[in-house]
Amino acid sequence: MDNLLKFITCGSVDDGKSTLIGHMLYDAKLIFADQERALELESKVGSRGGEIDYSLLLDGLMAEREQGITIDVAYRYFTTEKRSFIVADAPGHEEYTRNMAVGASFASLAVILVDASQGVLVQTRRHARICSMMGIRHFVFAVNKMDLVHFERDVFNRIKKTIKVLMAEFNYESLMIIPVSATEGDNITKKSDRMPWYKDDTLLAYLERVDVSPKEETRGFTMPVERVCRPDRTFRGFEGQITSGTVHVGDLVTSLPSMEQAHVKEILDAEKPSDCEIPQQSIYTMDSNHAYAERIGAWDFHVPESSQGHAVTITLDREIDTSRGCVLEMDSSLEVGSLFVIHLLWMDDHSLVAGRNFWLKIGTQQVPATVMKIRCRIDVNSGAEVHTDELFKNEIAVCEISTGSRIVFDRFENNREMGSLILTDRVSNMTSACGTIIDTLERGNNLTWQNTDITRNLRESQKTQKAITVWMTGLSGSGKSTLSNALEKRLFALDRHTMLLDGDNVRMGLCRDLSFSEADRIENIRRIANVAKLMNDAGLIVMTAFISPFRQDRQRAKEIIGDESFFEVYVATPLEECEKRDVKGLYQKARDGKIRAFTGISSPYEAPLDPDVTIDTSKQTIEESVDLILKAIEKKFGEA
Amino acid sequence: MNHLDELEAEAIYIMREVAAECEKPVMLYSIGKDSSVMLHLALKAFWPEKPPFPFLHVNTTWKFHEMIEFRDRTAKELGLNMLEYINEDGVREGVNPFTYGASYTDIMKTQALKAALNKYGFTAAFGGGRRDEEKSRAKERVFSFRDVNQAWDPKNQRPEMWKLYNTRINQGESIRIFPLSNWTEKDIWQYIKRENIPIVSLYFAKERPVVERDGQLIMVDDDRMQLLPGEKVEMKKVRFRTLGCYPLTGGMESDAETLDEIVDETLQAVESERTSRIIDKDSGAGSMEKRKREGYF
Repeated sequence: MDNLLKFITCGSVDDGKSTLIGHMLYDAKLIFADQERALELESKVGSRGGEIDYSLLLDGLMAEREQGITIDVAYRYFTTEKRSFIVADAPGHEEYTRNMAVGASFASLAVILVDASQGVLVQTRRHARICSMMGIRHFVFAVNKMDLVHFERDVFNRIKKTIKVLMAEFNYESLMIIPVSATEGDNITKKSDRMPWYKDDTLLAYLERVDVSPKEETRGFTMPVERVCRPDRTFRGFEGQITSGTVHVGDLVTSLPSMEQAHVKEILDAEKPSDCEIPQQSIYTMDSNHAYAERIGAWDFHVPESSQGHAVTITLDREIDTSRGCVLEMDSSLEVGSLFVIHLLWMDDHSLVAGRNFWLKIGTQQVPATVMKIRCRIDVNSGAEVHTDELFKNEIAVCEISTGSRIVFDRFENNREMGSLILTDRVSNMTSACGTIIDTLERGNNLTWQNTDITRNLRESQKTQKAITVWMTGLSGSGKSTLSNALEKRLFALDRHTMLLDGDNVRMGLCRDLSFSEADRIENIRRIANVAKLMNDAGLIVMTAFISPFRQDRQRAKEIIGDESFFEVYVATPLEECEKRDVKGLYQKARDGKIRAFTGISSPYEAPLDPDVTIDTSKQTIEESVDLILKAIEKKFGEA
Repeated sequence: MNHLDELEAEAIYIMREVAAECEKPVMLYSIGKDSSVMLHLALKAFWPEKPPFPFLHVNTTWKFHEMIEFRDRTAKELGLNMLEYINEDGVREGVNPFTYGASYTDIMKTQALKAALNKYGFTAAFGGGRRDEEKSRAKERVFSFRDVNQAWDPKNQRPEMWKLYNTRINQGESIRIFPLSNWTEKDIWQYIKRENIPIVSLYFAKERPVVERDGQLIMVDDDRMQLLPGEKVEMKKVRFRTLGCYPLTGGMESDAETLDEIVDETLQAVESERTSRIIDKDSGAGSMEKRKREGYF
């Protein structure tokens, strides 16, 4: 079996996980001699006294060695006569759940350590849960420290029974339970003569023989398009790695989401170059580079068929609407949709509340997406469902998300590649979360936008004006309401058709059901932006006066209203001035702690980075400010 | 698919992701065997199109001359856009590996690389680094994020899930991509053999003028080599397992003159390859991690 086995090892610090892998490499003489020397040297210098500390082989980062724990995933490579292995050694602490998830997403098998002297603990459950969530279906439990329980069969059997009960909760294809001692080497690579009652494979022997290839299911052919290859006008090929099934020249394939169909004309598979029969260069000569260039010039990658795992370039017999992000498929279970229920692992330092907007990547598609609702948090240890409005780093939840456009997907249990996704923060670009699709919420699919005959353009020209939204943002008391009121009066006098949306007024009606929590503030802005958009569509010039403190929310409002009609006014009156004015007495209340999360005092205000105009009402009169705004509008849109 | 096929397909997938998503990618070309493999994979990944990015060699001016010849012939024969960057300030100040110690690597490699990426405005750079080379590399992501100072923060790496690589960056930030992350030295040699990829002649054993220094065999590649008292130049049959600046790269005595012999020798190797790179031993455990935090590739 000359294929790769990628596996993850999970266990807490004291379970001896790094020691187990270190011992396996050491025993099997799989480490190079100088690493071995460095290991002996470092462990003697280190604190744990004299003996070889096998875990030093794996705990690579300085901070880890100082703290004696494994923080990040380390990858190790070894090959035996039977197989090549990549080990992802992952940290076991709850606070590093995301790092374990990174390792698990990479692996097809998990080796989970259990301390024989302690039995199955909450962390064992956690490790199994994370591995299962990330798609691992093959499990090995190494019941470690058998030396501490005098290699007793009864102890092992009790633990074995508990593990089987535990695993009943998860969906798995294979399960193996092995008694070992990592520090002393029993049943790691050599059969332990101290546990003659254990007749099955040692850990290494089992890893060498276990078959983790995906079950032969009729999943059909799927290939997300990574890139279009266009060296000249005659060639248009779709590059990608086949995620499932087999494809042949002549097959009729469908491109999603457009649903257009075409026949496969050519399949180019880089794995089989035409020059593989050419005799090997055995030494380098001055001609080697030239000969190489000639061989490459004669390359021919055409194959009659290709299958899962292969990186190919496919051409079709006719031009259809396909580019990066589309998926070529045949007889697959792929669907197209925009509303989903997912398992989500939150990985960012700040918390998640419903309403937040991200970039979502699935396959090769990247679209804006919103977390609509946190249905419940799943206790990573017990699996219990807990109601929550807010999600913190390393927590798992069931969430509803919607995407800005319809995407091609599958349920994770059907197709690991087309059912997994990441969410990226739109400001910091951090990978904030990862998720797996449980199901789709079809209700959105029944709605289609109705085009009406009287268009926005017609309405605008009837009113001889351009319908835009003037979005004012600034602290409470900065003068947004006064300013927008004055601006509207001026426009009204100029015969313009206008509407003013004011924070407090909207709160009393349309958004009466919303509180001032972060999630509700986001929803508040979403509703206002949609109302502004409707009024723009009606041909009206809209002014809004809302604190709208978060950059991301204003960005979202801009996207809803449309770049071409959005005009951002930053009312930049300084905090001291706003607080001095304190028209509504709110700052005093906030200072007294009577109002929580008050912008500028106990909640941040994120100033616009690139506003269309900036106004400071402590320096300019209202009339001067209105002049400035009108001039800036004229500059951006022509005469308003 | 055997395991080399799997590694090949993975690397090709990664390269295509970068070409499709990153604004201005470049492939760092260090002339070594890993670069030869990376170049070969790039030729395959986009065929029949040429690799849609330029190649960049950061030249310390102390590379073996056989390397520079190989680089120039490769670029010419394959018609590659091969850029070269030299830290001219360093050259003017006479920075050399003999008297400048660790700051030589910093000035002529780390700083030069940063300056080169800034000069051309590259937002993504492929490197041939492998996780099996060294312990801190073992923890690095395939898509490794660099801040505006091009520094790596090992404690705050972006989580990397499945094959969903995050290529999003802000102004001034960049990404290093290691498509060979999961390859081992052995895989590299087996692949070179299987695919018949040309590599620099220095990898093959030959009689070469060397001096013995700190237990290493250093080749006297030109007359800039500064000999220490008591050192004498001898002809020995040596080859190199890694290539870098000649005064800092130790050769090994060997009779392996053909690719088959090299592969055989490597498979039985008992020294992991970075032993022959002197810079790694400067300050014991963690020295590579320190340099990487500062922007070394």
